[in-house]
Amino acid sequence: MSRLLPYPVLTFGLVLIWLILTRFSLGHLLLGTCVAILASWAMGALQPDRPSLRRATAIPGLVGIVAWDILRSNAAVAWLILSGGRGGARRSGFLRIPLRLRHPAALAVLAIIVTATPGTAWLEYDPETGVLLLHVFDLVDEGDWLDLIQNRYEARLLEIFE
Amino acid sequence: MSGTILAFALGFAQIALALAGALAGLRILRGPRAQDRVLGLDTFYITAMLLFIVTGMRSGSLFFFEAAMVIGFMGFVATVGLAKFLIRGEVIE
Amino acid sequence: MSHLDSVPLWVAIPVALLIVLGSGLTLLGTIGLVRLPSFYDRLHAPTLGTSWGTLGIVLASAILFTWLEKRLVIHELLIGLFVMITTPVTLMLLGRAALHRDRIEGLDAAPPPAGAPDNPDEQLP
Repeated sequence: MSRLLPYPVLTFGLVLIWLILTRFSLGHLLLGTCVAILASWAMGALQPDRPSLRRATAIPGLVGIVAWDILRSNAAVAWLILSGGRGGARRSGFLRIPLRLRHPAALAVLAIIVTATPGTAWLEYDPETGVLLLHVFDLVDEGDWLDLIQNRYEARLLEIFE
Repeated sequence: MSGTILAFALGFAQIALALAGALAGLRILRGPRAQDRVLGLDTFYITAMLLFIVTGMRSGSLFFFEAAMVIGFMGFVATVGLAKFLIRGEVIE
Repeated sequence: MSHLDSVPLWVAIPVALLIVLGSGLTLLGTIGLVRLPSFYDRLHAPTLGTSWGTLGIVLASAILFTWLEKRLVIHELLIGLFVMITTPVTLMLLGRAALHRDRIEGLDAAPPPAGAPDNPDEQLP
């Protein structure tokens, strides 16, 4: 089983995507399954260590929080652009954040969250020191942003992945 | 009634996205540095992709979806390639 | 426009709102792209279009075509997923390229490399 399907979740997801992109039929189900199994073998050749989820039940909560935060910061950045940065009072800046996360998959998810949220941009991560360099669009209080990344996202990712 | 609402919303979206593409094009032309131009190009690809989806909704045909997907993939590959070039290409100078 | 008239009002209104929201946010993002003063500021502008800008239009399209075709049409959502995953890659690469180029040219807009001993709370105007 594990030799035939090294990544069952990935394989299932690929079959699902294949069926969404085409219309459901038996032929497409078979073809999609073949493609998905081949792709998961290719994946196995690329990446020997598989990400292990420790608590998958925390994922929906994280997704909800992130979707809400993205909507909120969309409104905030849109308003800042419309109002010309509160009449020139907006100040952007760089921010270094020490991270406890080390798991590559968890870091990738954090990168997606940070970049997808308007207002924060992921610039550089140093794997030796674990320090992340962010650029923040509206840097009112550094403590707020540290708190947001470390307590709101990182703590949940630590719970899920490590 | 609902046709009027949708036609109005889709017309607004087409004008807004065309304008957005023009603004991204302005950033490509103006620069001032290479990374600004690449960022403009990436934004231009995204707006073009969204414009295709909106046009597909307006014409009621599903075929625009494939075009949008191809534009999205091409935009991704182009931007990644150009960004890599900006990192690597300048080291030699 | 005959196919648009067959849509009932309770589907048309949310679809129209999502379309206007998505295209409006994308337009605002590009306005920011043109108006903001520095590259690192401009790096934030396109994310308006790639987050809820794309999501709004893609959701509207999925709802509309699901109604028009009388079957579940959600392949537009894959575009949303795809944009969601690829945008961080492109923007991170662009951000790193800009940092790299600024550091090579010695512009003081760029912070020093992470290994350099500096004040961790450092920030630049």
